[in-house]
Amino acid sequence: MTSARVIALTVNGEEVEAAVAPRTHLADFLRDVLSLTGTHLGCEHGVCGACTVRLDGAIVRGCLVLAVQAEGRRVETIEGVSDSGEIADLQEAFVTRNALQCGYCTPAMLLTAQDLLLAGGVPDRDAIRDHLSGNYCRCTGYEAIVDAIEQVARARAGRVA
Amino acid sequence: MNEVPSNLSALDRPNSYIGRSVPRPNLARLTQGRGQYVTDLVLPRMVHVAFVRSPHAHAAIERIGTEAARAATGVVAVVTGPELAEVCTPWVGVLSHLKGLKSAPQHAMAVDRACWQGEAVAAVVARSRAEAEDAAELVEVTWSVLPAVTDMETALEAATPVIHPDLGDNLAFERRLEAGAVDESFTSADAVVEARFVFGRHTGVTLEPRAILADWNPGEGRLTAHMATQAPHMLQNILALHLGLDEAQVRVVCRDIGGSFGVKVHVYPDEMATAALSKMLRRPVKFVADRLESFTTDIHARDHVVLGRAGVMRDGRITAFEIDDITGIGPYSVYPRTSAIEANQVVNLVGGPYECRNYRARTRVVFQNKTPTCQYRAVGHPIACGVTEGLVDLAAEAIGMDPAELRRRNLIRDDAYPCETASGMKLEALSHHASLDRLLAMMDYEGLRAEQAELRQRGIYRGIGLASFIEVTNPSAAFYGVGGARISSQDGVTLRMDATGAVVCQASVTEQGQGTEAVLAQVVATAFGVPMKRVRVLTGDTDNVPYGGGTWASRAAGIGGEAAWQAGKALRAQVLAVAASVLQADAATLDIAAGMVVDKETGRERVGLEEVARIAYFRPDTLPPGVQPEFVATRHFVPRQYPFAFTNGVQGALVELDPETGFLRLLKHWVVEDCGTVLNPQLVDEQVRGGVVQGLGAALFEHCRYDGEGQLQTGSMADYLLPMSAEMPDISVAHVVSPTAETELGAKGAGEAGTAGAAAAVLNALNDAMRPFRARLSEIPITPDTVLKALGKG
Repeated sequence: MTSARVIALTVNGEEVEAAVAPRTHLADFLRDVLSLTGTHLGCEHGVCGACTVRLDGAIVRGCLVLAVQAEGRRVETIEGVSDSGEIADLQEAFVTRNALQCGYCTPAMLLTAQDLLLAGGVPDRDAIRDHLSGNYCRCTGYEAIVDAIEQVARARAGRVA
Repeated sequence: MNEVPSNLSALDRPNSYIGRSVPRPNLARLTQGRGQYVTDLVLPRMVHVAFVRSPHAHAAIERIGTEAARAATGVVAVVTGPELAEVCTPWVGVLSHLKGLKSAPQHAMAVDRACWQGEAVAAVVARSRAEAEDAAELVEVTWSVLPAVTDMETALEAATPVIHPDLGDNLAFERRLEAGAVDESFTSADAVVEARFVFGRHTGVTLEPRAILADWNPGEGRLTAHMATQAPHMLQNILALHLGLDEAQVRVVCRDIGGSFGVKVHVYPDEMATAALSKMLRRPVKFVADRLESFTTDIHARDHVVLGRAGVMRDGRITAFEIDDITGIGPYSVYPRTSAIEANQVVNLVGGPYECRNYRARTRVVFQNKTPTCQYRAVGHPIACGVTEGLVDLAAEAIGMDPAELRRRNLIRDDAYPCETASGMKLEALSHHASLDRLLAMMDYEGLRAEQAELRQRGIYRGIGLASFIEVTNPSAAFYGVGGARISSQDGVTLRMDATGAVVCQASVTEQGQGTEAVLAQVVATAFGVPMKRVRVLTGDTDNVPYGGGTWASRAAGIGGEAAWQAGKALRAQVLAVAASVLQADAATLDIAAGMVVDKETGRERVGLEEVARIAYFRPDTLPPGVQPEFVATRHFVPRQYPFAFTNGVQGALVELDPETGFLRLLKHWVVEDCGTVLNPQLVDEQVRGGVVQGLGAALFEHCRYDGEGQLQTGSMADYLLPMSAEMPDISVAHVVSPTAETELGAKGAGEAGTAGAAAAVLNALNDAMRPFRARLSEIPITPDTVLKALGKG
């Protein structure tokens, strides 16, 4: 095993410096080193989407990015976008519509939904379903999630107009 | 039977939350990533375990070389099966009411032989999971490969090796049932239809894998097991039993659980091993299954082949049902609920919605060298429903009758209750006809049929499928207790009013995302008379909740909810007794509404709960002599009149088939179900939708495929297909309400109805779409390959 390397990056707006083994993936780094346990692990091979985080503004699978690849970059997790209030409307809609049951997929689902909504416009249900198609949810059957995102998309469009 | 949610007088409280879609109070933190799943927990001195698992389906262990692993970086201990067996005793997964069920002793880790690919044979404990996995690769196991039993249909043949020679054969359990005049009914039938139904093996795929953090503290002589289990007290008993502890020495704590669906209600060898390791090492040990371990060691389910037959008269009357079922359960019956329950349910449930009294069934449960199977959401129901509804559609086709009409002529009449099914299941009050009528109206069945005919002219092949079902909910002791399992069938709720008038609710039923805690808060708030935000619900901690069964078999709302209702009424009476003393009034003239003591007749506010609590706790000297406030009430509930509160429902599926590629598109799905009183319509609907999608996964995607050597071919989420958002349809849900009279709430279970009938409806829809090609399929999962083969193009 190669020895640890020190990396510096920004996580949720905070400068972070830490020693990590080169093989450590970003999700393990966030969870085990920074105690940001809102990022979840479901499959660790890039299929379930539970580890989705933002890297320089784009959503990525935290299990398919090595922590050392995040050197000098900007990482945002569910904790960050919650505290900033960026997705407060989506979170409220998920709660009201019961768009989560066990909640394990939810942080990643919210980040993925926000990624779609940041593209602007009001996506139709097929477009929403398509954008979520890399995020596995075993509990809801997806319909409530689609409903919640659709409602927020309309509300945001209404505010813009 | 009511068409609208119930307005029973007992529930008609001021500001009632019963029947309202209030949001779950505990959700906001989960949307912020502030859940506390077992995988998130960290304790001082905690170490991690990785297991060395058998790469073979069946192999003797000649030698385990642990020297290199012990010397690896970060390793704390390497433990083999025989070493672990000195700390953790083996178990046998049988129940006495399943007569003849047999299984072999199973250890937490294999002692001399591995019986399925994935069975743990050694444990490596290290400072980090990564180091434990590194060292696990250095453990050298010398194997002597044994012949694997993989085909359940030949498992009982003389040429097939017997997995456990002490048991004599590979037959774990057999049950036969005969009711009415079966042979005569087939002989006199105008048509007899038959098919061979195949139900693929699949698994639960909870997004959070199984996890345990076991913390043996020798200083206090206690084991605290942070687990993701649906049945904390069951685990408390079993951990104590096999680790040589008193039950009082074991505490099981369940915080957030990332999906369960029955997967997390069983005893898993690697979790027992983790607890034993904690005891051996005197420090916290954590195990989190990775995804490959989940696929090879989480329980699998289904894997049935059923020969089914039905007789029908020209007028549409079904004369008889007959099934011959076989299922392969892996090498051991799972402890303690056993792996025979699913087959037993199949026998109990086939033909269940129908009047037909002539029924013959046989099921055989056989051992094989694959991952053990056990109870998973809707145990047995998708098989019973798939067979019954498949035969009903075949019967309709045989006599040229519309399948909806044939159902109408055979479903048990809505005014026929109480009654029994041919298999002897007691039915209190169901609503098959009202449900079917409602479903057909929702679907615009006639309109869909017309559209289907028109589209076929244009080469578009749509299919419409129906599936009626009954569902076991609110189980009494009949499920496990009578068989000798120490699994509580009653559940309890303790309520405590604190000094500000707020209520703490401690409940033995558990929460895995269904909304148990929300429903309990609704019920308590309504029964006691406070706003929901004044009720805080605590579950999942054997040190802090009443003894009970937990959440499984669709029992939390019906059983736990009734305990909460009764406890709420009891606490109200206690508080009103003190309030009456303060107000010098007759308690019978008072009530509690919106957190105030009020005059029952007029609703006039008399005194706030906070003031009553203040006097009771801080100025009891001002109360009359002899008045001792008691602001804690506990009530338990278990059904006694009916072994199970059966529910019913019917599902409809609309699909479109591409006969060139074999691809099937789900266009729309409908469900009407009757779970009695609907406590929270949104939560019930979402249980139904989630359950339907699990059933659709089984129908179209999910399959634990094995090769002939017993090697799992679908051990990753890239290989094992799951329902994702893009392929799933919108699902319309409606309700008919037939409350159970056994409780004041009248609620039955709703968690498994969706899964019970979804695959049957889709398979019937596929066959409807393939009818122009005179093709049929009676196997799930339905894949493009199997469809093309059925169409003669494979």
